[in-house]
Amino acid sequence: MAELSKNDEPQDATPNVSDVEVAEVHSEAEAVTALDAPVDRGEPILQVRNLVKHFPLTLGILFKKQVGAVKAVDGISFDLHQGETLGIVGESGCGKSTVAKLLMNLEQATAGEIFYKGQDITKLSGRALKAVRRNIQMVFQDPYTSLNPRMTVGDIIGEPFDIHPEVAPKGDRRRKVQELLDVVGLNPEYINRYPHQFSGGQRQRIGIARGLALNPEIIICDEPVSALDVSVQAQVINLMERLQDEFNLSYIFIAHDLSIVRHISDRVGVMYLGKMAEIGTDEQIYEHPTHPYTQALLSAVPVPDPEAREHRERIILTGDVPSPANPPSGCRFRTRCWKAQDKCAEEVPLLAIPERFKGADTPAAHESACHFAEEKDVVHAA
Amino acid sequence: MTIIEEVSVPSPRDGDGGPLLEVRDLHVEFHTREGVVRAVNGVNYSVSAGETLAVLGESGSGKSVTAQAIMGILDMPPAKIPQGEIRFRGQDMLQMSGEERRKIRGRRIAMIFQDALSSLNPVLSVGYQLGEMFRVHHGMSKKDAKAKAIELMDRVKIPAAAARVNDYPHQFSGGMRQRIMIAMALALEPELIIADEPTTALDVTVQAQVMDLLAELQREYNMGLILITHDLGVVADVADKIAVMYAGRIVETAPVHELYKRPAHPYTRGLLDSIPRLDQKGQELYAIKGLPPNLLRIPTGCAFNPRCPKAQDICRTDVPALLPVTEQDGGELPGRASACHFWKETLHG
Repeated sequence: MAELSKNDEPQDATPNVSDVEVAEVHSEAEAVTALDAPVDRGEPILQVRNLVKHFPLTLGILFKKQVGAVKAVDGISFDLHQGETLGIVGESGCGKSTVAKLLMNLEQATAGEIFYKGQDITKLSGRALKAVRRNIQMVFQDPYTSLNPRMTVGDIIGEPFDIHPEVAPKGDRRRKVQELLDVVGLNPEYINRYPHQFSGGQRQRIGIARGLALNPEIIICDEPVSALDVSVQAQVINLMERLQDEFNLSYIFIAHDLSIVRHISDRVGVMYLGKMAEIGTDEQIYEHPTHPYTQALLSAVPVPDPEAREHRERIILTGDVPSPANPPSGCRFRTRCWKAQDKCAEEVPLLAIPERFKGADTPAAHESACHFAEEKDVVHAA
Repeated sequence: MTIIEEVSVPSPRDGDGGPLLEVRDLHVEFHTREGVVRAVNGVNYSVSAGETLAVLGESGSGKSVTAQAIMGILDMPPAKIPQGEIRFRGQDMLQMSGEERRKIRGRRIAMIFQDALSSLNPVLSVGYQLGEMFRVHHGMSKKDAKAKAIELMDRVKIPAAAARVNDYPHQFSGGMRQRIMIAMALALEPELIIADEPTTALDVTVQAQVMDLLAELQREYNMGLILITHDLGVVADVADKIAVMYAGRIVETAPVHELYKRPAHPYTRGLLDSIPRLDQKGQELYAIKGLPPNLLRIPTGCAFNPRCPKAQDICRTDVPALLPVTEQDGGELPGRASACHFWKETLHG
């Protein structure tokens, strides 16, 4: 462990994140609070307000008629601060990847705003959009399909410079690409190799290098490690944390592995069927969840500890996630919720600090979209 | 469940006390243009009735190839089994004729695959595909077979089975499709089920449902279960004993509680240490350095040596055998073995 961290140590240690020895000396509680509090980060770098994306369902070929819509994302709001990691978790089909595409402006939002440093990027186009995109980059899930097999690694990582030549003048590019390879822990001499000559973990490093090429401020990571082997996942997570310190990056980290999300995130949002069910600091979400869906999700995750088998309470949800084309009225989780009452079918619960916890100095006082939000003891996933 | 009793195979269910399945020194290699890929290099494991053996390993560790060799569904060539025995109820299946093996496959040993969508035929209704088991193996009429299919779908808790029996695979959700795969494997009430990453493609809440169902059915029918997975969480939840594979070999075997508490192989220890834990928040995760080996060029000596923090000269030259490990005072540790020259330091150190 000590040997490992020595090699990967960033030059200047921002509070506690890298230096193992220091962290060991300080009490754990101290280390956790220092991370948890996004103090003095000022204005959020990214503000998302009531973001909506509906994909139309049409009938007919020549005369298309809209018969409905898949409500992939249906009114989501959150902030992202400088240097922070916001984790987004949820099951497949909950809209988390659509959120990523909307933030990149790869999909046109149906409604809502995304403010990057106060500027609404959903309204931008052309030159202005291009300028903003330089600062928001993405790392994709599948390192096998997100790299062009006919391009060399140097061309792949250098391609962003063709679009934004102001970042690196032509003669300087090769050196820049080699620097990037070095930063992500690959041999700079590999610049002329092709993607198939690399393993999955190495390819994901190439994807990360491409994301870093333009010195962005925000990187959106859509399931960046889920395609990798267990023993390689930790390497990539460590790399991402090191880069965050080094370049003061803000991450939106989308994943379904709850223990990895907890490890890397400062705050976590839980999505269900196009809505944010609950959002808060990692401790609030994992230790004091108040939304029944979050509680069920945490209890369903297999714990890598056989001792926990006997004395854990598992909430096993019945049924599947309903179709986002025809979501349930009121609270979307009510069809699978054991607490559901008439009110849940009639009124959409708002994402807010629950009335009963308002003003109280308890970790349960965080935003949760449930009429009957309360704490429940579950054995935790991480 | 009357259905199962009718079709049950006349074989001793929990009879002779010996293991249900025993794999001995199994080798599998693939002859490719680039050379010989040694996917399995001497695997030994056994599973008894009612027992769950988890085979844990990363991609390329040979866990799935071993399972395919047991089922007899390897494409040969390019695959070749130069050596080894696969004993099912004491009989070596590798010595049997194709006809004899066909009688075992599906009827006495069944398999559940990872990806239900691509394992089901998209142009046939699920009822037809489930009923096929009964038509082919028991020569039932179409009508009877369909009735059996509905019973099975009920058994795996598919809601409104009678109404959905004529639906096609694409009309079911991922979790429901995996239930259909389980129903198909259970159809002939096999003695052993091999589940190859049965929940990897599913969401966590659905994964919990499917794993619960599988464990419940296993108890009810007293089946042996070989669960192939890379997920340490799933293993901790359901397994009785574990075999950890690396580069085509078993590097450690242990009862589930013991393995998580005190691993006896550096690879197992590395896997367990790289799980993010609460008290490590904000610190670097432990990471096993390097990459999984290329099976065309497996390192000499212990295959794990280039990635191992404990590697010495002997690890680069001598292949460690999978040998029983003991307590510090020499006390026995039943069911435990490790293929490491320095297991003592790993286990006790």
